[in-house]
Amino acid sequence: MMLPERTLNIILFLALPLVAVIALALDEPFIITLATRAAILALAAVGLNLALGLGGLVSLGHAVFFGLGGYAMGILASHAQSFTPLDLGLFTLDGTKSMPIIWLVAVTVSAFAALLIGLLALRTAGVYFIMITLAFGQMFYYFTISWPAYGGEDGLSIYVRNSFPGLNTLDPIQFFALVFGVLAAVLWLMGRIERSSFGLALGSARQNAVRVETVGLSPFRLRLVAFVISGAVTGLAGALFADLNRFVSPTMFSWQMSGEFIVFIVLGGIGRLYGPVVGACLFVLLEHMLSGVSDFWLIYLGAVLLLVVLFARGGVIGALANGRGVHD
Amino acid sequence: MTLLHLERVEAAYGAAQALFGVDLTVEEGEVLALMGRNGMGKSTTIRVICRLMKHSAGRVQFAGRDLSQVPPHVAARAGLGLVPEGRRVFGPLTVRENLIAAARQGPWDFAKVTALFPRLAEREGQVARHLSGGEQQMLAIGRALMTNPRLMLLDEATEGLAPVVRQEIWDALDAVRRETGLALVVVDKSLAELGRIADRATVLERGRSVWTGPMCDVAGDVANAYLGV
Repeated sequence: MMLPERTLNIILFLALPLVAVIALALDEPFIITLATRAAILALAAVGLNLALGLGGLVSLGHAVFFGLGGYAMGILASHAQSFTPLDLGLFTLDGTKSMPIIWLVAVTVSAFAALLIGLLALRTAGVYFIMITLAFGQMFYYFTISWPAYGGEDGLSIYVRNSFPGLNTLDPIQFFALVFGVLAAVLWLMGRIERSSFGLALGSARQNAVRVETVGLSPFRLRLVAFVISGAVTGLAGALFADLNRFVSPTMFSWQMSGEFIVFIVLGGIGRLYGPVVGACLFVLLEHMLSGVSDFWLIYLGAVLLLVVLFARGGVIGALANGRGVHD
Repeated sequence: MTLLHLERVEAAYGAAQALFGVDLTVEEGEVLALMGRNGMGKSTTIRVICRLMKHSAGRVQFAGRDLSQVPPHVAARAGLGLVPEGRRVFGPLTVRENLIAAARQGPWDFAKVTALFPRLAEREGQVARHLSGGEQQMLAIGRALMTNPRLMLLDEATEGLAPVVRQEIWDALDAVRRETGLALVVVDKSLAELGRIADRATVLERGRSVWTGPMCDVAGDVANAYLGV
């Protein structure tokens, strides 16, 4: 039975907190942590989906923003942990364990990096854009590997999860609720952006840039704004991911991470608002179930991805819902 | 006041030169018919005006501003609205979304455009690629109006449409012209319809402007010599 996409979205979205609540009732904190991980990865992919799904920008460098968010958290928290100020040359800054401040820094740094990368990368298109974003990802990856002040290749451990006013973030269900709240807020924002004149123009620029130019809109600017918003959201996810694991490492910058975000989007449905959420949940589920069966679980994931690409071009949501997505 | 001024404009598609010297002017509130047989450079001239194609020589000025180094979106923001040949609406978007995506501040808004073309109001939620040819053309004109242009360029706006739909579109353009004083450059093959709406005409022959004068003088010698009528 095919459901209207909106109904399906609501059902799928509510499945995540339902799993967490059932896990709480069964006293299975590990399952809650898995649901939290899925929600954070979904958030990162929701960010990428604006650039990739709506804007048609296949970025293989979104791990840059994920890693920057993670390191923003790691650096600020490690300085707060060691009571040493962060020396920024012209001035010093105290570390912090406050999540809202860390999120603000993560979003700002990621957005700024996205602006700089976008200004260069968006002057190209197609395979060149993919290669430039990949190159930026690798630059950051190798930089952090050779950055001993913050752990180099070994990464950086944070002993206690950062704090959020009014919540005990060490309690898995409370941390899940916080992450889920952020995901819900970002999905609401992305829905608004999609339906705004900016979102409509961005989608149109993906299909025909010249046509958009003739109505007075610059495809470059539209894509740059989308890329910056996209990077900022992925950076926020990076900060949350680092907080979930209480650990950051250069692997957050790796191109495999960028590839995983793309896989989430393709699995769920490119350009569909809830596609990345479904894709990330499916990925975490398969990872959890199959990695226990075989060390080569990624082969099975590859088979699933192949089936989706061949037989469900609109991803899982496209296969289950009525209506067409932007790429169907 | 002169709104658009082209002076000895030349342009080429790679090695193939298409325009060899086009001169034309459009005054504020004026309707200019750009005429000529097929392949004489009418659409190329429109493309050059809208900066979709760079000219190799000559001058293109709009509202006193040189457009030579300007990208298409800046030209559009300066007040040039294009209704391109073949409609070219945003196919996957609905009628409303097509209009909203292009909207800029000014007297033309969604309500005014749908009042001009009531069929668009009826099809508001329909995806543009599922509209009939005539409705798509109305949408293309509506989208250009939503940018609140000072000059609208229509390239073969009624081509391939049923006579009754063509009539509807000409009536709408006539209404736009009478009620708002919007300047228009119209490319069309229908001499009778252009005669109803245009003030002046510029005739192109092999990439050159060869005649400019009042629209009422086109019929007769000019039409026989250059338009094959």
